This record gives sequence, C-alpha cells and structure tokens, in this order.
Amino acid sequence: MATLIIPTPLRKFTNGNAVFEASATSVNELLLALSFANAGIKKHLFDDAGELRSFIRVYVGDEDINELEGGNTKIDDGDEVIIIPAIAGGSK
Amino acid sequence: MSHHNITFSKEELERYSRHLIIPEFNIEGQKKLKASSVLVIGSGGLGSPLLLYLAAAGVGRIGIVDFDTVDVSNLQRQVLFGIQDVGVSKAVAASKRLASLNPHISIEVHDTMFTSENARKLIKQYDVVADGTDNFPTRYLVNDACVLEDKVNVYASIFRFEGQASVFNELLPDGTRGPNYRDLFPSPPPPGLVPSCAEGGVIGVLPGILGSIQALEVLKVISGIGDTLSGRLFLFDATGFTTRILKVRKNKNNPLNGENPTQTKLINYEQFCGLSVISEQPREVAEISVSELDKWRKEGVSHLLIDVREPYEYGIVEIGGELIPLATVLESTDRIPKDIPVVVQCRSGARSASAIRELEDTHGYTNLVNLTGGILGWQEEIDSSLARY
Repeated sequence: MATLIIPTPLRKFTNGNAVFEASATSVNELLLALSFANAGIKKHLFDDAGELRSFIRVYVGDEDINELEGGNTKIDDGDEVIIIPAIAGGSK
Repeated sequence: MSHHNITFSKEELERYSRHLIIPEFNIEGQKKLKASSVLVIGSGGLGSPLLLYLAAAGVGRIGIVDFDTVDVSNLQRQVLFGIQDVGVSKAVAASKRLASLNPHISIEVHDTMFTSENARKLIKQYDVVADGTDNFPTRYLVNDACVLEDKVNVYASIFRFEGQASVFNELLPDGTRGPNYRDLFPSPPPPGLVPSCAEGGVIGVLPGILGSIQALEVLKVISGIGDTLSGRLFLFDATGFTTRILKVRKNKNNPLNGENPTQTKLINYEQFCGLSVISEQPREVAEISVSELDKWRKEGVSHLLIDVREPYEYGIVEIGGELIPLATVLESTDRIPKDIPVVVQCRSGARSASAIRELEDTHGYTNLVNLTGGILGWQEEIDSSLARY
C-alpha cells in the first residue's frame, strides 16, 4: 500500500480524510484510484488534457515527480506521495 | 548601507544583548540587522508577528504596505492591533505599535494597495521583501516584482490549519538566484477550483507560527547565518502536527527567468488569476432582494427558504432557512419543491447562485430565486442584531 497525503483544501472531497491509501505501482495509478474513490476531486487535480494542474504539485517523499518520471514515477509499498496545492491565505 | 560603519548606543546594546551574546550572531549580526531594510507587504495575520519580531530584533528600517483598516474580526489573530485600532488604517496602527516597541528603528508607512503600478518602485527601496498577503493576484505580483528587481522574497501562506513557507529568489553563493514562486506554482487556480475565496477561515495561532518562521528566515537572510529555506518548501499541518520539508527546483519553463523568459515586466494580476475575465461570467439567475423577502414573510406569501451554507456557518447565524449545504443540493431534491417559490440563500449570494444553476441544469427547476446579498444583506438592511462573519 502507498499513502497519499491530501491537503486541507481537497479534503472536502475525501470526507475530511487527510490520508488515502491504495495499492498502486505508479503515481498516476494512485491519483486515479483517489479520483475513482472520491467523486469530484479529479477536475481539481487534472486539466481537460489530463495534465496535472499548474497550481498542484505532487511529491514522492521530498522530491517533485517532475524531477523523477512524472506520473509514471514508480512507487513502492510504504512510499508517501504528497499533493501540494497553492494556497494564498495570510490575513483574511 | 554597509554594516561596518554602524554603531550602537548604550540603550541599544542593552536591548539587543541577547543577540550579542550568541557567538555566531554577535555584534556583527546586529550591525547587519540595523543596516538593513525590509518591506513587509500586508500587516494582517502573517504580518503581525513578522513586524513585531523584525522591529524587536532591530531591523533598521521597516516598510509596511497595507491599504486596509482594522476590523474587529481581525483581532482573533492579528496581534499587532487592539480594540482601539478598529477602523484605523492598519499600516498607521502597526507603525504606532512598532514605534512604541522599538524607538531605535525607522518605520515607513505605505497606506496603499500594492499594485502593478507601484510594486517595483516600493520594492526597489528595500533589501528584503516579506510577503504577508492573502490572495493569489498579490502573491504573484509580489513574486514577479521581486524577481524583476532582484530581491529576496520571504514567503508564507496559510489555509485553515495548514501553512507553507519558503525563501524565494535568494542570491546564491554562485551568483545565481534560488527558485521563486513561479517555479513551484507557474499559475494560480482559476475561480471555481479549490481553494476558492469563499472557503476561508484560519485558526488564529497558525499565522502566528508561520509569520514567526518568516521573521526568522528574514533575520537569517540578512545576517547570513544558517541555511535558509531557499530551494525548500516547509509544510505544516496543525491538525496532525505533521511537518515536511520538500525540495523546490528551478523550472526551465519559468516565464520570468527560465530558459526562454516571456515576461519582462509586471502584468495585470487580476486578469492572470481569472478574476476579471468577463466572458467566463456564469449565467444570471432570478433574484429577490432582502426587502422583498422581508415583505413576503410579513405578508405570508407562500415560499420556502433554503440555506446552502455549511453547518458551521449556520451555527454562527441563520434566518430560518432550511439547511442544505451546496455540495448536497443535487441529492436533496426531494426537499426542494417545484410548486412554490424557493428562495436560495448563502452568505453573500455567490454559492446560492451556483446552487440554482446546478438545480436548473440537472433537475429542470424554474421556481428558484437567489437572495441578493445573502445573509450579510439581510443583516445590513433587515436585522442589524444578527452577527456578521
């Protein structure tokens, strides 16, 4: 099982859960499993062409998947995959 | 200004003595602080601890940019201000507080919006910038202006229980600049995709934590001590108390300083964030004013009021509507009749309009009307005893 960390803004699609777990061998598989299990989350992660949105980053451990093999980055049991959204708050 | 010519009075030496006795910091570090200048953009949740600590630490010249006035709802986290400041310019109130904290530094008030027109002129006057703003257009504006003016941008942002911090565009030993915000997030979320402005909220202590981290990083940038967060993104989730540090790399497609830069000046950031694109305005819906609804109620006109806010908002204030949160309206159509007028209401009128559009599109409703101004409008015009939030 790989663990996917869900950031606060996306938790409204996961019943408030901060963690999603699934058997997956690549980042794409894991994100697709998340999308299947949680209606409505997909369009916030991917654009119409299926590309990861420009205000979302995905990391495996402390490394950006863009520095690895993108969505094809292999993940092993116990790996932690993290979704990082842009957030802007500071005052309001 | 070179820090070598800096001197301190007896009062200053005593005041900063806890810095001076740190071997790695000592009087050299203190001289660097006194010789330096920092522009803090936004004096709200992040800006409060930032400004307090920078002033207390002895940064010689501090600029404050804020166009806003202090509101009573700010006091839950903006610890710079007191009840006597409500209604006063934030930049002015902040400068008074800082002057009383440390008379040995100079404070400069910029009681104005930070815009594409004045950004570079303001930033140019300072050594380091700290971004304590609260919206995407200004975040990108601060970043781009810092990159174009070769300034370090000490960054933090927060959302509810979660915070991020980094140091962008720092001058590296090899003479190049470290990654900036555009390397991390090339462009912002358009309206309608999370996180949207309608879903705010922040736990009061969180900006205190992240703003303090920003202050710390500013001091490190100025003094040259330790390793800053340049090239790294610090993440903090208060709910599970998890912290992470991730690598931030330069992106060759960065429009400002990638391999093929396409942007050489500041742009219209409202437009960039999709906030002023008229063609994407959603379809209009039928509306009812708060005074009309008040009249309906007094005259006993048959209708149903539904409230599409979240339960926690309903708990703050409500006006007798039936609670059906926006995310659940489509599965709650058995509770929404088609034979009498249904008034749909939220906080200000935006979510209720999208609820109406969804119901019309998927279930063929024709009897839905949006309460203009929402519960805030009702509070303003009909019942001032209700709380605003």
